[in-house]
Amino acid sequence: MTVLTMAKALNDGLRAAMERDPKVLVMGEDVGKLGGVFRVTDGLQKDFGEQRVLDTPLAESGIIGTAVGLAIRGFRPVCEIQFDGFVFPGFDQIVSQLAKLHFRSQGKVRMPVVVRIPFGGGIGAVEHHSESPESLFAHVAGLKVVACSNPADAYWMIQQAIDCDDPVIFFEPKRRYWEKAEVDLDAAPPPLFASRVARAGSTLTLAGYGPVLRTCLEAATAAEADGHDIEVIDLRALSPLDLGPVIESVRRTGRLVVVSEAPSEASVTAEVAARVQEQCFHSLEAPVIRVTGFDTPYPPSKCEEDYLPDLDRVLDAVDRSLAW
Amino acid sequence: MSDPHDWAPSVPAVPDKRPSREHVLAALKATDEGDPNLVQLLTPEGERVSDPRFDHFAGDVDSAALQELYRDMVLVRRFDREANALQRQGQLGIWVPLLGQEAAQIGAGRAMQPQDMVFPSYREHGVAWTRGIDPTELLGIFRGTDHGGWDPLATRFHLYTIVIGNQCLNATGYAMGQRFEGRVGNAVGAGDDGSMNEATVCFFGDGATSQGDVHEGFVWAAVYDAPVVFYCQNNQWAISEPTERQSRVPLYKRAAGYGFPGVRVDGNDVLACLAVTRWALEECRTGNGPVLVEAFTYRMDAHTTSDDPSRYRLADELELWKLKDPIERVRVNLVREHAVGQEFFADVQAESDALAARFREHCLQMPPPAPDRMFANVYAEGSPTIDAQRAEYLAYLESFEPEGSLAGAGGEGV
Ligand SMILES: Cc1ncc(C[n+]2csc(CCOP(=O)(O)OP(=O)(O)O)c2C)c(N)n1
Ligand SMILES: [Mg+2]
Repeated sequence: MTVLTMAKALNDGLRAAMERDPKVLVMGEDVGKLGGVFRVTDGLQKDFGEQRVLDTPLAESGIIGTAVGLAIRGFRPVCEIQFDGFVFPGFDQIVSQLAKLHFRSQGKVRMPVVVRIPFGGGIGAVEHHSESPESLFAHVAGLKVVACSNPADAYWMIQQAIDCDDPVIFFEPKRRYWEKAEVDLDAAPPPLFASRVARAGSTLTLAGYGPVLRTCLEAATAAEADGHDIEVIDLRALSPLDLGPVIESVRRTGRLVVVSEAPSEASVTAEVAARVQEQCFHSLEAPVIRVTGFDTPYPPSKCEEDYLPDLDRVLDAVDRSLAW
Repeated sequence: MSDPHDWAPSVPAVPDKRPSREHVLAALKATDEGDPNLVQLLTPEGERVSDPRFDHFAGDVDSAALQELYRDMVLVRRFDREANALQRQGQLGIWVPLLGQEAAQIGAGRAMQPQDMVFPSYREHGVAWTRGIDPTELLGIFRGTDHGGWDPLATRFHLYTIVIGNQCLNATGYAMGQRFEGRVGNAVGAGDDGSMNEATVCFFGDGATSQGDVHEGFVWAAVYDAPVVFYCQNNQWAISEPTERQSRVPLYKRAAGYGFPGVRVDGNDVLACLAVTRWALEECRTGNGPVLVEAFTYRMDAHTTSDDPSRYRLADELELWKLKDPIERVRVNLVREHAVGQEFFADVQAESDALAARFREHCLQMPPPAPDRMFANVYAEGSPTIDAQRAEYLAYLESFEPEGSLAGAGGEGV
């Protein structure tokens, strides 16, 4: 067991993947000498050289587009997008090439590319630094989308994403980068595209991913005092969704609250709600309730406490579900 | 116009097709000092030197006008430093310092006319100053109460753009509109103030020159003869990446490839920046746009208050650039060539301290936004989804508060 922050766990995971496979490259803005603005790639350029850790020119379309070319050539690029709001210049390359090449080439060309995106709010940042765009990617056929929520998952999931022969959009909850936890470097990790029961319970199911997972766990602890035994599920894989554990759980509890920082319209949480009501209709004791960011642009940071689903809003939804 | 093939530096011929790192570096810095391609009117030592092409555009700058430029730079530097301090004291979430770029911004800003439009990036506090935007109006962005407090249409100073390069296309489109509406190339008769001719200035950094949006902006502007001055402040760094991560050639030479002129100006020389921008604006107003100006300067502070430059650059470089300080050379020139006395400098100092005090006071008293601020102005024509979310959220908040205490907490337009 080692105690790691999420940022360090990702760093160690990247290092392990780079040591295993010389075709793994890290590329992005300020990832080399600086080690990334969150230091997730700290020290990698020093140890692996400038040919494997590339401080690229400042252009996200360039980062993704050249990663696609490198992947065609047999490399396994790990691209860093500096902040969620800056992925959009690269969105064309992601949607038009990265997502579709395997399909277009009838399986002859693989795209083992990871696009790492620090996402979510809560750090008091200026515009474009706090967004949760995961649903936009989950909507694109050909992409796999995951989000880690804790250091142990971060350590394993980044390596599994790099090993994956499909393109993986890898969301990292930036406000949790500095939270520490024990990581068992010898334990066999669960599969990448699998959700996970983070806390067992029987009266209500609380599902979330990324930064809000901790909020969900805190809500479960708080609800304990009122005699509620809440099950918390970390979705982890947003596309393809692994709803097996959620469905199994809802069939027992009859109640589901889904939490995410992203706006709710046409989102991952909407997909979860739709599928759960399709498959658990007869077990549901209450409608599926969603606690999300609002359908507004991410607000100035002094408003983010109002915007983000916090403990109180999650507990309020739990109460409403239980009172149904 | 510069020949795109003449960028080879004054180092031995390139041995093979691929220039070495040394060649690239030498080329990028070739016109920094003592090169005829760098437009300079005030040396770092404060000596007024002549430039046959651009002297004309600074011909009216007498002692009083130069004092005004000096005053601008001192005031702007002063509130920039105050903002840095406010961030350190937890009053701002972040600050983006302009230290070292005062001349590049004041020179360009003072070259503009009221009818011109500006598209800044996020470091253009000095340009904002020249557009009459009170420095306190910048604070909301960095304190997190708004995304820009000024009216971009009334001030003709667009909101800050943080997504690198986006504004270059927006500026080009705006300039296309100026042209489509016949606001360029009009003959200026006696008694006309010239305001029937307009131009747009787009600010961006050296790093931004790699973005597709910037290249596309160059292409569009060229194809539509848009009256836009692309004003690149090459401060040598894009966070941790030096300019050679973005280009093999000096940035101003890129213009040739798109078919318009590019000029490199000493970005620490306020007079040269003023003159070159005036020329570029005149080109645009008379229908000869676009133009690229590369203001060669240096980011004297961290990228932002969140950045630690000691991780990627040497203090020596900073020391060298200190010798080229944009304010000091004007001070020396005012004393030596215009016999400006100590009283003037003391007055400016006092004025800057008063500005800083007012700036700080304002910052400390900024009210937090109302809880429903985020629901306002998402759409021009409203949205039932947002209306419902707003109502639901306010009802939720009410459930915590004593009856009625949130009444009047904002609404549309908050
Ligand atoms: C599209 C996009 N990608 C990345 C960033 C993060 N970022 C902010 S400033 C910056 C460097 C910009 O350098 P430059 O254009 O030289 O301007 P300077 O900050 O030096 O004024 C980067 C990479 C961003 N704001 N937008
Ligand atoms: Mg720069």
